[in-house]
Amino acid sequence: MAIERLTDARKAELVEQLGELKPKERMQIERHAMPEQEAEQRRNNFNEVPFGYSEETAMLEAARCIQCKKPTCIDGCPVNIDIPAFIKLIAEGNFRGAIRKMKETNMLPAICGRVCPQETQCEEVCVLGKKYKPVAIGRLERFIADWERESGEVDIPEVAPSTGKKVAVVGAGPAGLTVAIDCARFGHKVEVFEALHKPGGVLVYGIPEFRLPKAIVNAEVDVLKRMGVDIHYNYVVGKLESVNELLERFDAVFIGTGAGLPWFMGIPGENLIGVYSANEYRTRSNLMRAFDFPAYDTPTLKGGVVVTVGGGNVAMDSARTALRLGADRSILVYRRSRVEMPARVEEVEHAEHEGVEFHLLTNPIRCMGDEKGRVKQIECIKMELGEPDDSGRRRPVPMPGSEYIMDVNTVVIAIGNGPNPLIPQTTGDIETKKWGNIIADDKCRTTKRGVFAGGDIVLGAATVILAMGAGRDAAKAINEYFETGKWTGEEPEPEPEPNAKA
Amino acid sequence: MHKILKTEVLGPDVYRMVVEAEKIAKKRKAGQFIILRIDEFGERIPLTIAGADPEAGTITLIFQTVGKTTEHLATLKVGDHISDLVGPLGKPTHIENFGTAICVGGGIGIAPLHPITKALKEAGNRIISIIGARSKDLLILEDEMHEVSDELIVCTDDGSYGEKALVTEPLKRILDSGTQVNVCVAIGPPIMMKFVAKTTEPYELQTLVSLNSIMIDGTGMCGGCRVDVGGETRFTCVDGPEFDGHKVDFDLLMKRLDAYKEHERASYERWREEHTEECKLLEEMQKVQQDGN
Repeated sequence: MAIERLTDARKAELVEQLGELKPKERMQIERHAMPEQEAEQRRNNFNEVPFGYSEETAMLEAARCIQCKKPTCIDGCPVNIDIPAFIKLIAEGNFRGAIRKMKETNMLPAICGRVCPQETQCEEVCVLGKKYKPVAIGRLERFIADWERESGEVDIPEVAPSTGKKVAVVGAGPAGLTVAIDCARFGHKVEVFEALHKPGGVLVYGIPEFRLPKAIVNAEVDVLKRMGVDIHYNYVVGKLESVNELLERFDAVFIGTGAGLPWFMGIPGENLIGVYSANEYRTRSNLMRAFDFPAYDTPTLKGGVVVTVGGGNVAMDSARTALRLGADRSILVYRRSRVEMPARVEEVEHAEHEGVEFHLLTNPIRCMGDEKGRVKQIECIKMELGEPDDSGRRRPVPMPGSEYIMDVNTVVIAIGNGPNPLIPQTTGDIETKKWGNIIADDKCRTTKRGVFAGGDIVLGAATVILAMGAGRDAAKAINEYFETGKWTGEEPEPEPEPNAKA
Repeated sequence: MHKILKTEVLGPDVYRMVVEAEKIAKKRKAGQFIILRIDEFGERIPLTIAGADPEAGTITLIFQTVGKTTEHLATLKVGDHISDLVGPLGKPTHIENFGTAICVGGGIGIAPLHPITKALKEAGNRIISIIGARSKDLLILEDEMHEVSDELIVCTDDGSYGEKALVTEPLKRILDSGTQVNVCVAIGPPIMMKFVAKTTEPYELQTLVSLNSIMIDGTGMCGGCRVDVGGETRFTCVDGPEFDGHKVDFDLLMKRLDAYKEHERASYERWREEHTEECKLLEEMQKVQQDGN
């Protein structure tokens, strides 16, 4: 849906009015909601839920920012966007200026504005939040990015003169795309290697259309291509070409292969038909467009009672996808209570409004199937919260005797992902931690010279913005490595081998 | 995009196709597979790599038309393109000189069995091959298997060619004869692999089977291809496709392969209704092939 525009006259009027506001008056403006599709309607379609701000609403919301002398929001952002500066430009009606300011630090604002957990980052530390509600930074970020895209004039970042250095980026997800953009800006030649047939990684196979339209991901990737970055699809590094082989052709390699290995619970009946990993359930619907079967060939099980296990964003996405695929009931089973849910508050609310039923403090213990091996029932047990565990959250403890059985048609396991094992498996000298995460230092350097890593493959399943932050750090580190020729600061550097590329 | 360079009818509903895939042709090893997607609307299906020519930069695919995607694939002509082809996926077969190897293939499973047999032969193994099909016209790659085997036993279910037997019968006979056998590789329909594994188990003969689970990405991301091996959940795409046949839960595998049977049937019928011309052409190609036999 197109952004509602302001007339020049109204804009000028607003600029004047807002410019005169005193900090106290600014703080008293109420935080603006984003208009969105009605729950009853949206639970039946895959269109994006919120419509975004109009130009006027964006200016009014931006006027709430009191332009703190020592802004805390910037530190709350994993990529340190100059938040007060871009918001000030919006309040002044200078949308073009605002998006340019934004893109000095964040090249993918249309994505971050939609999927970042702002309430635990920038907005959590917003000074206004102490007494009032924080400035809707995420919504403004989204607004300014959408405004630029709709204007039809998307700035292509300036690319420095060619350095002659070549960087291979493995994985076209949030981390990889960020590294690619930044390295291209530094003037390095970048080639991206993606295993799937489309770019975006989790942005495309994981996050559903109703939360992040694919057209937005494609628009961001388009910028990358216009900067001269080549993307190779259907290219599985570790199988078609190893990291060591890439190092013969490239001066540096960045690994951003993500947390692509679904965890299962290890309960009986988990391999019955109709029990999906959240990755498979979402990939069928998002990447392969199974919701539009048979126009698209990939099928998925639809309708009936769908139970999703987990309490994160992936679980919310799965439970809401189930509704859109025609589930009679979509039930979310989570072993802790609502406050411990790792999902964004907005996603939990959206799920609830759409009719997802929450069975909290509940854990599945087994799935039962019929003679054809199809899941028919799930048995759960009630939990109570005990002492805090390593994560600081109270550990859920089963309550004996509280078991109950539900009839189900589909079960989606959304309890998390491990790191994808393909690269560590096929590159002996990249060290990993116990669960297979690649070990990287604060400059994203792995234990192998010339090889950097970042995002979920290092962090474990985290967020899009943290992956982008890692991508940004990695690009800086790659640049520094090229400039100094040094791998680590302390140790004397080995002489380059005669056959190694300069 | 991958250009199709050659197509050929191998038997009733069985086709051979040579496709441009330069890098895969250089990298692939016996036992590995690819995943393809014909076009924007297509599903991703795994197919074993039946052979490759690294110099020409081509790979050979052999497939049976069992549904919409495979039939669509069969109707593609020389010069047409396959949108996406990803591989080589899966772990290659562990090849060494075991001594004597028995290679058992059933139906379309003979296609992936052939490159493995060839590799085992090249590694110095003595090869006894047993290949079977429902009937003579369904038997593929007999000459090719003959070339890489020291001994070749052919059987058909209906006795229209070779021995009238299931592959397990000559297998048991060989094992009973006291012939020293060091390894068995069996590829075919899951039910065949199940019974081959059952046949070799009392002889404690190491038996490798290659599984053909439903999968999407093929890199361990979706978990759709999971199988139970010795009580543990494994992913066919990254842990396989080969597993210890004595440990695989074939009944679970067979059930999971039927997960979308109804969808597949509906999709197939819809396609046939919309593509009557192509279907007719396929029938004619089939007829020409049968007349040639």
